[in-house]
Parts: sequence; C-alpha cells; structure tokens
Amino acid sequence: MTTAPVRVPGRKIPEWTGFDGLVQLISVDGQRTVGCPYWDLVADVDGDQLRDLYRDLVVVRRIDAEAMALQRQGELALWAPLLGQEAAQVGSARALRPDDFVFPSYREHGVAYCLGVDPVQMLRLWRGAGLSGWDPAVHGIATPAIVVGSQPLHATGYALGVTLDGADSAVLTYFGDGATSEGDVAEAFGFAASYGVPVVFFCQNNQWAISEPVRLQSHTSIAQRGQGYGIPGVQVDGNDVLAVLAATRLALARASAGEGPTLIEAVTYRMGPHTTSDDPSRYRARADDEEWRVKDPLARLSALLHREGLADDAFDHEVASEADAVAATLRAGCLAMPDPEPADVFAHVYAEPHPLLQEEKEGYLSYLASFDEES
Amino acid sequence: MATMSLGKALNSGLRRAMEHDPKVVLMGEDIGKLGGVFRVTEGLQRDFGDRRVIDTPLAESGVIGTAVGLAMRGYRPVCEIQFDGFIYPAFDQIVSQVAKLHYRNEGRVTVPVTIRVPFGGGVGAVEHHSESPEAYFAHTAGLRVVTPSNAADGYRMIQQAIASDDPVVFFEPKRRYWEKGDVEDEDDVDGDIDGERPPAEVPLGQARVVRVGSDATIAAYGSMVATALDAARIAEEEGTSLEVIDLRSLSPIDFATLETSVQKTGRLVVAHEASVFCGLGAEIAARISERCFFHLEAPVRRVGGFATPYPASRAEQHFLPDADRILHEVDRCLQP
Repeated sequence: MTTAPVRVPGRKIPEWTGFDGLVQLISVDGQRTVGCPYWDLVADVDGDQLRDLYRDLVVVRRIDAEAMALQRQGELALWAPLLGQEAAQVGSARALRPDDFVFPSYREHGVAYCLGVDPVQMLRLWRGAGLSGWDPAVHGIATPAIVVGSQPLHATGYALGVTLDGADSAVLTYFGDGATSEGDVAEAFGFAASYGVPVVFFCQNNQWAISEPVRLQSHTSIAQRGQGYGIPGVQVDGNDVLAVLAATRLALARASAGEGPTLIEAVTYRMGPHTTSDDPSRYRARADDEEWRVKDPLARLSALLHREGLADDAFDHEVASEADAVAATLRAGCLAMPDPEPADVFAHVYAEPHPLLQEEKEGYLSYLASFDEES
Repeated sequence: MATMSLGKALNSGLRRAMEHDPKVVLMGEDIGKLGGVFRVTEGLQRDFGDRRVIDTPLAESGVIGTAVGLAMRGYRPVCEIQFDGFIYPAFDQIVSQVAKLHYRNEGRVTVPVTIRVPFGGGVGAVEHHSESPEAYFAHTAGLRVVTPSNAADGYRMIQQAIASDDPVVFFEPKRRYWEKGDVEDEDDVDGDIDGERPPAEVPLGQARVVRVGSDATIAAYGSMVATALDAARIAEEEGTSLEVIDLRSLSPIDFATLETSVQKTGRLVVAHEASVFCGLGAEIAARISERCFFHLEAPVRRVGGFATPYPASRAEQHFLPDADRILHEVDRCLQP
C-alpha cells in the first residue's frame, strides 16, 4: 500500500484567472474533459500517480466499510461513514505539503489515512477506547472536531500563527454543508479574510446535514457564501479526484503566496447514513441515491484507468487484495484495543498539577482497591 | 517597588510577560490604539507592534477560536473579552475547545490561552456590563479560574496565568481597576543593597490570609475582598475579630487555607457578587461542612447577589453585598 503523497510540483499559481464554472477534469463516464484550465495544475500527474490515487480511494472505502461492519457488530459505539466522499478527501489531502496542517471534522478518515494515520488508531475515538488516536504534531492533522463548525476558527488561528512565523505553509480545514450555517464558520471567514491568512476552507457539500437538505442551509451555492467576505469560492466536482486535487493545489498555492483564503465547495454525496445511528430512508428518496450512484468517484477513475490502459483485471485484483489486508489488520487491531484503565479518566485534564483532581483520583482508586481487600 | 492602580499593574504585568516570551500575543476588541476600554493594554501595541497586540473583529467566539489555533501553533495568546456579559458568545469555544483540548488530545496538545474578563458591578454601568459569570467556568473541568483583588496580585497573577500551560480564565474586578497599591518588581531585588528579597511569590492556585482574626472567617475574592476588609474594620470597632481570606483562585480552590482558618474561628461567611444560588459559596459551604464539621460553631453563611438578573444600575447597591450585609451574616454566625 502507498501512503506517499502525490508529488507536488512547487506551489505555482497559473496565469489564468476567472474560471467560475464547476471544475471537472474526469467526466462521470471516465473521460478526460476538454478545456478546463485546471488541467494545468495536474499536468504532472502521470499514470503511476493516477493508479496511486485509485489505490487510495479503494483502500479508504474498504476501511470505511470495515468500520461500518465493526459498528454493526457492536465493536464501535458509532461511525460516521465517508462512503461517496472518497475523492473529495483523497484529492484534497494529496495536495498537501508535509509542513501544512489540517483541521478536520469527524468524517475525514480518508484525509487522516493519506496523512499516514494508522487506521486502527482512527477507531479509538469511535470505539470509546480513548478520545483521540494520533499526535497532531506528527501527522499534521488535528484531532477530529465533533462540535459542528468549531474547527475553521482553529484553522484560522493556526494560519495566523503561520503568518506571524513568516512561514509559507498553508492550513486546510474541512467541514460540511450544514456547518456553513454555524456562526463560528462565518466568524472564521471574517477573521481569515481580514487578516489575509493562509487558510483553505474545504466544504464537502454532501447534500445532507443528517436529514436536512442543503437548500435549507443556504439560499446560494456554498461556494458563493464566501463572496461577501471577499473570499473567492470555487465549486469542484467532489467525486472527481483529479479536479479536487487541482482545485486544492491552487487554493493552497494562493494561501502560501500570501493571497489569502479560498473557499472550495466539493459537490459530492453522502451515499450512506450520517452516522450508524441514522436512517436516511425516513427522509431521502431512493431516486436521489440512484442518481448519485452513477457518479461514483471510484467507478469513474477506474473507467479512465481501464480506457487508457493504465489498469487491467490483475491491477484491480491487486488493489482489492491490498484493501482487504488493510481491513483485516484494522479489524484485528480494533478487537485487540484495550479499554481505558480507571486512572486514565483523570489523566490529562490539566497540563499542570491540580489538587482537586489528584484528590478525586486517589479517592476513587482507593475505593476500587477496597473491593480487592474485601475479596 | 512602585505604587500603581490595579489597571496599571495588569498593564505592567502584560508588558513584562511580552518581554519575557516572544510567543505571548494579545488579542481582543479595541485593545490596540485605544488600549482597551479600560486601558489595560494601553501603549502595548505602540511598543510591541500590531503583530503582537492584535485588534480583532467583533466576534468573541472568533477571538477565542483563533486563539486556540494560535496556541496549537506554539503561541501564548492572551484574549481580552471586553465585558463580562459579552463572554457568552464564546462559551462553546471556551468550554468545548479551550477547556477540553488537552484532555481530548490525551496530553499531546496544550492550550496555554489566558482569557481576561473585566467582571462585576458597582460602576453604574448599563445592562450586560456588571455580571459575575465565574461559576460557569469554575464548573468546567480543564479551566483554571483566578481573580486578583489588588494591584500587587494583578501584576504577579497575570504573568503566572500567561506562563501556565493550562488555560486560565482571568477575572479582573472592574470597580477596583483604579485602586492603588504597592507592586513589587523583580527589578527591586537587583537594586536592593541589603540583599533582602521580596516575599516569596505566592503560587497561582493559593489563597491568602489578608487579615488575621479569631471570631469568624470571611472568604471573598475579586472586588469583595476590599468590602470584606471594610467589614472587618467595622467589626473590630465593635469588638469582633474577623479573619479575611482572599481566595485568588476559584478553580482550583485552596481549601487547605480555608480549613486552617475555619478550624481556628469555627465560623465562615462566603461573600461574592454573583448570585448565591449555585455560586462559588455553595461549593465552599459544602466542602467546609464536610471537612470541618466538628470545628464549626454555626452553619456556613453565604452573602451575594440575589437570584435575579443584574438590576438597573441605580438599584445595584441592593444587589451588591456591602460591608453591612456581610456583617449581618457574620452576626447570624455568631448568634445562630
């Protein structure tokens, strides 16, 4: 399996400006589109890299499927599936440089995977075995934000720090269409635009905020919601991994060059439930699902690879086997994950000693120990 | 040694912290050229520049949320919330993010954010400008909550709060901003030819006995410390000896100092401006009853605001405890 990023050919902003249509580089039936200027930004992506992107998509979908199964079998408390959003996540994550930083919501398992997070550790939060799964400083990605819309402000502040440091890194933050109604997201737009900091707002518009359709959140397209703040918006086919890669590269390049924030709306679809606790059949028409099934992000890249002789049955089989192996490791790792110890409840509330906490911890542990003494 | 107001002492403490650590940045509304509505940051943008003293858009959640990101980038942001009653839009960022990120990241992320909040009444202000919201934050695990009552503590405690790796909500008693006191500086040590050092620095979480007495203890904090001292002076004239404790830290609370005092006096009155119901006094009364039950000669009494919103300013003297209301509760302790 590969976790090597697609090579990023420097951060250059192309000459052209003013493209305001939907960015799509691979059509729904797997053809390369003609005339979209964003092709400039992915001119370096060769056959090997396309195959790597496809591999990422397949592995990420397989991780998601295994996690869903683990939840249904009672091994996870909850899971927020990414089914249908693989291209939006892989395409954007593969545009990152190692010194960039990501602030995700709770559905960005594919982004975390691309940044080298161990999939087993991603499950810790969802299993209830801990509250986080990785060191943000090591992987360049913060712990997932469960409070909807809280993290774009953190990204904006981090980006302000990048500016104060005089660095040319960029910050990428993910949120959904529902989050764009949150005040914190509006405040993040305002702060980011006023300070001109290097942050990219990446909205996966998956059409649904649990049961609420996107038209309830916004009277305009999500991409247009940045305009009042002076933040340029771009709408990209979120099921087209190349288009997402191109749009994210451009936005990150603008950020790095000091040109300020960009709002990317990746138009995609949540093919599954909001979480394992949700039941979309209560609010969503089957016809909608069928319409989007045709636009499947994996199928379209696969079609392109096969059409152009970059993939054959042996490749497909190899990728599927690799994904199955990742899933098997994930399952074994999940089942072997230990429950927290009682003392863990009290750990890390504060960075410095705290007498009340110390007292409560000692009291509870001696209470537990008293049972041992009785027996 | 210099004599200065609490506001000026905080200003000097902030300046000192910024000189000491280049990662300390100030953020807030009107804190730059204006120097804050109470002038606590006066002159700091002029001397440190607008990249370290940052005027923000008018969005309290935005101030705190961006401070979280700055902290994750290695900075020590000091946020000013303009008035107590304007902190609520930032409540989610403070409670769900600032307070919990260290825990949620299992110790891998620290959030050394200081949130400065002018609080309390007594200045004749319009509504939303006189509140005492400290109990909300003391109730929240992961935060430290402190308040200085005088200039010397203001100077020291703001530096300690900024240096802490934990987030600190720093309540500044606004009606005491203009009251003067002696402030000791580290420079005093260098210039002291007798080699006599100033008193050892009191840790941030520690209470202080500000007046020694024997008949009853008054526990107070922020603006109420001066009121409690007034009460003690009046009581002394009437032959009653009151011990006054300045809690200084509201989370954690230094119960050891309280217990020592109550074991001696046998009586405790807790005074604060905040509403008595579910206020800090409730927690203190419960703990002291648990720990000092056999030393108590009377139930712990509380004196504070009523279970009302903060009233119109021309009626605030009825809401705010004064020395007489404190002494009324002391009397009920002495003659239960």
